[in-house]
Amino acid sequence: MTATDIRDEMINILAEIVPDEDLSNLDDNQPLREQIELDSMDFLDIVMELRKRYRIQIPEDDYINLATLSGTVKYLEPLMRDLQRA
Amino acid sequence: MYDVVIIGAGMSGLAAGIRLAMFNRRVCILERHYAVGGLNSFYRLDGRNYDVGLHALTNFAPRTAKHGPLPRLLRQLRLSWDDFELAEQIGSVIAFPQSRLRFNNDPALLAAEIDRSFPTERDGYARLLNKLLNYDELQSPLAAASSREILASVINDPLLVEMLLCPIMFYGSAREHDIDWGSFSVLFRAIFLEGLCRPRRGIRTVLKHLVQRFKRCGGELQLRAGVREIIPGDNRALNIVMDDGRELQTQEIISSAGWNETMRLCQAARQPVLATTPASNQISGRSKEIANGPMSHGGQPGNIAFIEAICTLDCQPHELGYDDTIVFYNDRPNLNYARPNDFADVTSGIICSPNNYRYTDSEAKVDHETNGDTQTNGDIQNVKLPEPVEGTIRLTALANYDRWAELEPAEYQHQKRHWFGQMVAAAERFIPNLAQHIVAHDMFTPITVRHFTGHEHGAVYGAPQKRYDASTHLENLWVCGADQGYVGIVGTLTSGIQVANKLLQRNN
Repeated sequence: MTATDIRDEMINILAEIVPDEDLSNLDDNQPLREQIELDSMDFLDIVMELRKRYRIQIPEDDYINLATLSGTVKYLEPLMRDLQRA
Repeated sequence: MYDVVIIGAGMSGLAAGIRLAMFNRRVCILERHYAVGGLNSFYRLDGRNYDVGLHALTNFAPRTAKHGPLPRLLRQLRLSWDDFELAEQIGSVIAFPQSRLRFNNDPALLAAEIDRSFPTERDGYARLLNKLLNYDELQSPLAAASSREILASVINDPLLVEMLLCPIMFYGSAREHDIDWGSFSVLFRAIFLEGLCRPRRGIRTVLKHLVQRFKRCGGELQLRAGVREIIPGDNRALNIVMDDGRELQTQEIISSAGWNETMRLCQAARQPVLATTPASNQISGRSKEIANGPMSHGGQPGNIAFIEAICTLDCQPHELGYDDTIVFYNDRPNLNYARPNDFADVTSGIICSPNNYRYTDSEAKVDHETNGDTQTNGDIQNVKLPEPVEGTIRLTALANYDRWAELEPAEYQHQKRHWFGQMVAAAERFIPNLAQHIVAHDMFTPITVRHFTGHEHGAVYGAPQKRYDASTHLENLWVCGADQGYVGIVGTLTSGIQVANKLLQRNN
């Protein structure tokens, strides 16, 4: 999956977890939680969705990488490079 | 065979099931009864629909709200606000002999009422609100403290303390006379600051969406599937044995049957609630405080049980001059929230009507639909159903399980009739001529609750001592529901979600 694919997939996952949020104008470099309503339970759901769809396990120490969209894509790229979009 | 087996298809069991199935665990929910819902089930009798337990949902939040227990649980369960078809309360009242306080979903009303009836307590009430807003559920050392003591420290007039405690106790205390501050805070917010509401067609709407969501996530639901025993071995639950002798294998078990009820399934001696170690307090740090605090007890079953009558009227309640959503009444200056010595105590209680909610013009006002269709997928908001003639009043009073349990069948029926009359008589000063307008009624006692839900002593709020970290003596057996944490519909849905999330995070 390319970086664009990964970003699209993240938007897809966010749309499922917080369906009422407007995801069309996100600033990739700002923390997600400052732009949309994401509490810690929602955040854990993101991690669990990634595991469910792609079998990616993200250790708790790495959660810090997922604060922004660009950070998330960068973190996931090596893990998802060889995967197909689910 | 399964990753998780959940005992009980009530609110907490279904919510836990949804969360686990949503993340690809193989989940089976086992329900002893032929219907889902447990303490909050529904049934049909003589062509009418009845809700077993629903008076109101707490923690009302509007569709656009993003914070708070209701939006959070909807998000976690991937349900929409519209799924619950919520209508807000019209308004309720706390009725003591010397004073009445009205409240609705705008906290300003209660504040104004307190100002009017207790003018010297304006500052005291403000201090109380301040304490509540600053209360941090996860951290506070005050969680186990006595609410009566804390209330007395900010409010001078004991009558106001009793009046504020009244709805809180009736809508969520498993404990007699007092309630721990943690629970008080949660319930105060739930009832007074966020407010009360009701799904237009009753609890079956909520249950329908929960079951659908669960099944669409791949969960398996078995009804008429009672669990006889959990076979332990080596600190783990090994097998589940069903009433019909079948054995199920599973990695984990979550039981919503209740603490003592679950312990009995393990053939374990009744487990006292032990102070938990910090490492296991993953849900909240309250367990240790509660176990050691002034409100701690052993794992006794609760003493709090109720009788309730659901009365069908030949008119809408407002035609009798009754348009309150809920009345919490008490006939003495002091609240006596405790197991009565007699079969029941009608000197205090609850009167509520499912009709007295803010249904808009295009919606049905009551759910006595004789078509009984629970599968409608149509856009209900645009369908104008004929306004039904019949109305509903629910009457509730504290009851003594042991007194009812001792009765032979004929005497049991006699006492039911007698106490139905007592409750109606007590309600008539709020609803004049109520008795004349009752065309049908159904009545349940603590025995009914125990019979249909298996909950000991007919407890609807669980045992006084909660297991906040959900753990048991077996490393793969967990409890959810009223005995784990919060009570009521929103409370137990939240409980199921929290316990499931705990398992999901462990396996992550």
